[in-house]
Amino acid sequence: MSAVPDALSVHDLRKRYGANEALKGVDLTVGEGELVGLLGPNGAGKSSLVKIACGLVRPTSGAAAVLGAPAGSHAANTALGYLAELFRFPDWLSADELLHMHQKLAGSRGGAAERRELLELVALGDVPDRRVGHMSKGMQQRLGIAQAMIGDPKLLLLDEPTSALDPAGRRTVRELLETLRGRGVAVLLNSHLLSEVELVCDRVIMIARGEVVAAGTPAELSHAGGVEITTGRGVRQFAQAAREDVPRLVRELVEAGEDVYEVRVVRSSLEDTYLELVGGR
Amino acid sequence: MSGAAIVAGFALRESVRRRVFVVVALLTVAFLALYGLGVWRVSREVTEFGDFESGVDPDTVAGATLLGLSMFATLFLGAILAVFLTLNAVRGDAERGLLQPLVVRPLGRGTFLLGRYAAAAGVCMAYTVLVFLASVVITNLFIDWWPDRLLVPALQMAIAVAILAALALGGSVLLSSTANGIAIFMLFGAGLTAGLLGQIGEALNSDTLQDVSQITSWILPFEAHYQNALSEITADTFGFNRYAINLGPFGGAQEFGASLWPYTSLYLTAIASTSLWAFRRRDL
Repeated sequence: MSAVPDALSVHDLRKRYGANEALKGVDLTVGEGELVGLLGPNGAGKSSLVKIACGLVRPTSGAAAVLGAPAGSHAANTALGYLAELFRFPDWLSADELLHMHQKLAGSRGGAAERRELLELVALGDVPDRRVGHMSKGMQQRLGIAQAMIGDPKLLLLDEPTSALDPAGRRTVRELLETLRGRGVAVLLNSHLLSEVELVCDRVIMIARGEVVAAGTPAELSHAGGVEITTGRGVRQFAQAAREDVPRLVRELVEAGEDVYEVRVVRSSLEDTYLELVGGR
Repeated sequence: MSGAAIVAGFALRESVRRRVFVVVALLTVAFLALYGLGVWRVSREVTEFGDFESGVDPDTVAGATLLGLSMFATLFLGAILAVFLTLNAVRGDAERGLLQPLVVRPLGRGTFLLGRYAAAAGVCMAYTVLVFLASVVITNLFIDWWPDRLLVPALQMAIAVAILAALALGGSVLLSSTANGIAIFMLFGAGLTAGLLGQIGEALNSDTLQDVSQITSWILPFEAHYQNALSEITADTFGFNRYAINLGPFGGAQEFGASLWPYTSLYLTAIASTSLWAFRRRDL
């Protein structure tokens, strides 16, 4: 029995723009139905990686494959959907017309039902005839996500899909990503919004200066940050302590005559780990 | 429906929605109206061009000269249309973020270029032929003269703008919209200047100027087709009439022979190959 290829596999990927080396030998995979967050500061090489994966940019060396097909090939482009970080749609097209055009380009046979379903998914179901030029930036971004989902792709490459969205729009996208996971669609989510990545992603890959600096589940990338105990004399911090130390610490404080009001086990967030690894401060 | 047809249809719909064709149609009507007015005025004074005793037919001289002038304007309008339909097709649209969502679809960059070219060239060629034929009819309405050839010059005018559209589309792969527009109009001007040099060379009997004109016209074959088209409208006119026409502003029209056609095919193939090669190498 042959192994199922990863939705996206990248091996020793390098990209050089003149003297600037944007990617310095990146290896990563996105498994079937996996939701992977790609984090990194501006200029880390995230967008270059995503663009190579969808064939918009040629790698200097190394390889990227979508479901086993070389990135940029007809088979690879048939299997993926892509939302660019900076994109525009013709402002004279309506939402429905735009999706219809992409259906034709993608060879989708979903027809009006697929367009209706996608517009409903991104909360644009009530404005199918509204022209792109009359939509807010957030609506255009949600339309972009719907466009990327045309043709039922096996891999979605989303480059900053929530950058222009308000909190309600972000929630819509978060719910959408969870729906996609339920359908077995693999997603590579390039985002600066660490809290969202932490909430929805199965795995996180951090890139800095063109290299992968950390990878793992959000839980793996967060780590213990000590214990905080609020007493009658104020908040006491025990930076080296862990959850198992809490009974002993409380006992010692009570024995020392202090009144204990609250105990909190501190875990570093993904943001702390991110800032620590990429030096973002 | 093939990918190229989808892209071509999209490009045409964009032109319709943006009212490009409405503007072009209005300007063309204005041009033809002015041309008609000019022909009408000339027709009333046509006897001043010559008389039958001198062997010069004033209608032939006036008709050929005016249609030649109209062909210059037609080529210019066709060139403007060709350039504006293609100048930002690749790099300009990529910089605005319009191209990427299309190119990641499984249709291939060659198909995309083909679709854009088919739309632009198709529209420009049809436009040029229609304006040329309208000019011929308007000329005949007021002056009793028909060109010696009709279809070949119409086709050659159409081929001339198709070449300009190919150059502009190819340029859009490498250059920004503004730079591409400037470059194509400079090439267009260079071609016309070469034609003028050829006329001056003929008047002064200068082989050097005529050689420069010939070589430039082969390098920029839209000019060769235009010159050939000019030549074709009076292909069967000889004697004093021919001499009188040659004194006019477009008397230097050159014939480039049958080899111009296969050369044009090779030229367009070379532009297509180079454009596709550059487009495939371009990071978007």
